[in-house]
Amino acid sequence: MERRHEEARRRGVRLFFTGVGGQGTLVATRLVGEAALAEGLSASMSEIHGMAQRGGVVESSVVVGDIHAPIVAEGQADVLVAFEPLEALRALNRCHAQTKAVVSTSPIVPFTVAAGQGTYPDVDRVVKELKDKLAAVVALDAEALALEAGSVRAANMVVMGAVAAMDVLPIAKATWDGCLRKLFPPKLYDLNQRAFDKGYAVGRS
Amino acid sequence: MHELLTGTRGEKKFLLGNEAIIRGALESGVRFVAAYPGTPSSEIIDGFAALGPDIGAEVEYSVNEKVSVESACAAAQCGVRSLCAMKHVGLNVASDAFMTLAYVGVKAGMVIVSADDPSLHSSQNEQDNRYYAKMAGVPMLEPATPQEAKDMIAAGYTLSEKHGMPVLVRTTTRVNHCRGPVSLEDIPEGTVKGTFSRDPFNLVVVPMVGRKLHLKLLEKLSALREEAEKSPFTTEEGQGPWGIVTSGVSALYVSDAVQELELADRVRVLKLGMTHPFPETLVADFLGRVESVLVVEELEPFLEEAVRIAAQKSGFPGRIAGKEFVPRAFELDTVKVKEAVSRFFGVAYEPPTIFTVPENLPARPPNLCPGCPHRATFYSVKKVFGEEAVYPTDIGCYTLGLLPPLQMADFLICMGSSISTAGGFSRVLDRPVVAFIGDSTFFHSGITGLINAVAHDRTLLLVLLDNGTTAMTGHQPHPGVRLGRQGPQEPKVDVETLVRGCGVRTVAVVNPLQVKKTQQVLRDIKAGMKDGGVSVLISRSPCPLFERRMLGTKQKVVFSVSGDCSPCRDDLAQLGCPAFVWSKDEAGSPCVRINEVLCSGCSVCAQLCDGIKPKKLSA
Repeated sequence: MERRHEEARRRGVRLFFTGVGGQGTLVATRLVGEAALAEGLSASMSEIHGMAQRGGVVESSVVVGDIHAPIVAEGQADVLVAFEPLEALRALNRCHAQTKAVVSTSPIVPFTVAAGQGTYPDVDRVVKELKDKLAAVVALDAEALALEAGSVRAANMVVMGAVAAMDVLPIAKATWDGCLRKLFPPKLYDLNQRAFDKGYAVGRS
Repeated sequence: MHELLTGTRGEKKFLLGNEAIIRGALESGVRFVAAYPGTPSSEIIDGFAALGPDIGAEVEYSVNEKVSVESACAAAQCGVRSLCAMKHVGLNVASDAFMTLAYVGVKAGMVIVSADDPSLHSSQNEQDNRYYAKMAGVPMLEPATPQEAKDMIAAGYTLSEKHGMPVLVRTTTRVNHCRGPVSLEDIPEGTVKGTFSRDPFNLVVVPMVGRKLHLKLLEKLSALREEAEKSPFTTEEGQGPWGIVTSGVSALYVSDAVQELELADRVRVLKLGMTHPFPETLVADFLGRVESVLVVEELEPFLEEAVRIAAQKSGFPGRIAGKEFVPRAFELDTVKVKEAVSRFFGVAYEPPTIFTVPENLPARPPNLCPGCPHRATFYSVKKVFGEEAVYPTDIGCYTLGLLPPLQMADFLICMGSSISTAGGFSRVLDRPVVAFIGDSTFFHSGITGLINAVAHDRTLLLVLLDNGTTAMTGHQPHPGVRLGRQGPQEPKVDVETLVRGCGVRTVAVVNPLQVKKTQQVLRDIKAGMKDGGVSVLISRSPCPLFERRMLGTKQKVVFSVSGDCSPCRDDLAQLGCPAFVWSKDEAGSPCVRINEVLCSGCSVCAQLCDGIKPKKLSA
C-alpha cells in the first residue's frame, strides 16, 4: 500500500463524475474525497450547483495526490464515473486513451427526447463506443443492483463500489466502508453499504 | 450542534469554500450576517441560517444586496463585526452603498464576499468584480482554495479593523464550490449588541464631509498598499529567467501546468493574495529577477494592467504578455494554461488528443419541474395573449420559460428589468406587453419599476409569479413568504397590498393550477387593457418542491392517460410537462403517456384533456 500511495501522490489521479440532478452525484464525489483523506492522500473536489434540482446535468470532480487544480479539463480524466449512459458519452471529451470508466447503464431519458428533439442513443452502442476508446470500462445496471440492495436511490453507491473495485486509487476496502458509515445517517447506512458491496462484487468479477 | 460549529484549533475538516468562509467568519467573531442569495454565494447565508440561534448572531436574508451592505455596515459602525456575501452581479446592486462606504469606513471589521462566476455557470454575465475594489478604493483579497478562503476572511477582519475599511474578498465559483481540507481555529464568544457615538461630520456624507473623506481614503489606500507589499498571502516559487504573475484559482492551474511541463527550474511564479491596492514595489522587485513575464488570470487583464504599470515605472526592459495568450472569456483550466505558458515561453508541448463527443446527442437542459405552477401560468398567458404580445421576463426558475415549447421570454438583462423594460416596450410598440416577475425578485428590484410604470401611465400587464419562496437559489425566505420554518405564517409584507399601494388599480389573484378560471381572469384583464394603465395578476401557488420539504406533504394522486388524448394533443404539446412521454398510437399518430414516477399530481393536464384521469397512490 505504501508504495502505491507514493505512486498515486506523485502521479495524481483525476476523477470526473457526471450524472443527472437527483442521482446523488455530489455525495458520491464526496465519498472519494473523504476516503482519499482518510488514507492520508490530499484531495480536493469541485461541484457545480444550481440547476441540479431541475433535471439538468450535474458534473463534479475529485483530484487526489499532488494536483492543485480541483477541476478536470478536456482529456484529463483518469477515471470517468458516469451515473447515466448518455452523460457518459457526453463526457467522452474529458477522457484519454488510458481512462478507466464505470458507467451505469440505466438511462434517464431527457425531456427533449420526449418532445421530439433528438433520439436517445442505443445503450449497448454507448458502452461499445466507450470500450473502443477507453482502457477499461465497467458497465453495470446500477438501478437493478440497487433495487436488489433495497432501493433504487442507492444506485450511486453501486457505481462507487465498482469504482472502488477497479483499483485506480490506493484506498483499502475498509477505508471505503468507514467513510460510508461517516457519510450516511445510521438509517441509510445499511442500504448504501449493501449497494456499494454489490457494485464492488461486479467490479471484482 | 451544527458540524461547522464543532472542531477546535488544529483539527481539519473537508469543507466547501463557502463553508470555509462561514467558519472563518465565526472564528473572527462575526455577529451580523446579511445577504440576498445568489449562486455561487448562497451556501454562505444558508449555512449561517442553519447554524441556528446557538451562535448568537443576527442572520438576515436581506431584500437585496444593497440593503444587505447598508444593514451590515450599520452593525460594523457600532462595533459589531459583520459579513455580506453576494454573487458578482449582486455587487452591481450594492455598488451605490459600496462606493461611499469606502469613504465613511467602518469601526468593527466588515467583509464583503463577491462570488464571481467565470463561465456563467448560473449567471447572466461573467463580469470581473476586481475592478470594483479599484473603483471604490477598497482593499481586496483573492483566495485560491477553501483553506485560503478561511484564512483570508480572518485576515480581512484584521485589515478591516486596522484601517477602518470594508474589505472585499473576491472568490470565483471554483473557490466557493471547491471542497478541500481546512485547518480550524477556535470560535470565540461574542454578542450582537454594539454602541454608537454620534459623529455627523465623519458619518453624514454631504459634500464638505465627502471632500474630507476622499482625502482620508487616499491616505488609507497608501497605508493599505504597504499591507499588500508585505502580505503573508504572497508566494514566490521556482527559479530561472522566466516569470509568471497570477492570483486566485488561476494560481492552481499555473502550479499544475508548471509541474506537468517540468518548468520549475526555469519559471518563477509570483502568486498574489492581496491584489488591491496593488503591491507595485514587490512586483517591480520580481520583474528585476526575470527576463519576461506572463500574467495568468481569468477574465479581464486586471493584474496585467497593474504589472505593465509597475514595469513602466521600474523601467523593465523585458517582454510582458497576458491576454494575447490567456483567454479573456470563460474559466481557465490546466490545459488552457499549459497551452498559454508553452506558447509564450516557446517550450515544447503536445496538447492532449481529445475524443470527439458524437454530434446530435439529445440535450439535457434544466427545465421547469413537473407540477411547477409557472408552467401552468405560462400556458394560460400564452393561450390568451398569444404570439402578438411581447414578454419581458426576469431572473428566477421562470426564466426557464424561455425553452420550447413554452417560449415565454423575450427580454431580460437583470433583476427587476421585466417591469421597467415592459414600461419602455409598451410606450414604443403597438403590441400588448406582458411582463413576468417572481415574488422574491419583485421584492428585490421590481417595486420601483412598477411605481415608474404606474406614474407614467404605461399600458401593460405584470404577472407576479408568487410561489412563496426564492426557489432558484434553494428556497430562501423573502418578506412575502406564507410558509416558514415553523409552518404557515401571515406574510410580513403582503404583495397584493403592496401592489395596490404602488397605485395599481387592476389587481387580481389567481391559482394558476385552476386553468379555466385563470384564463377567464386573463381574458377580462386583456379586455380592460384597452382603456390603458398597469394591471397586475398575482399568480399564486406554492413551489411544490418547497412545500413538500417544509410541510412533508405526501403526494396523493398521479395522472395517467386512460382515454383518447388525440383531440388535445396540441394543447398537451404546448404545456410540455417533463412527465409526458410521447409515443405513437395504433394509427401511428403521436400520443401522450405519463411517466407516473415524475408526475407530481398537479392536475393541469387533466384539465386540458378528458382522456387523462387521476389515480390514487397507495399510502
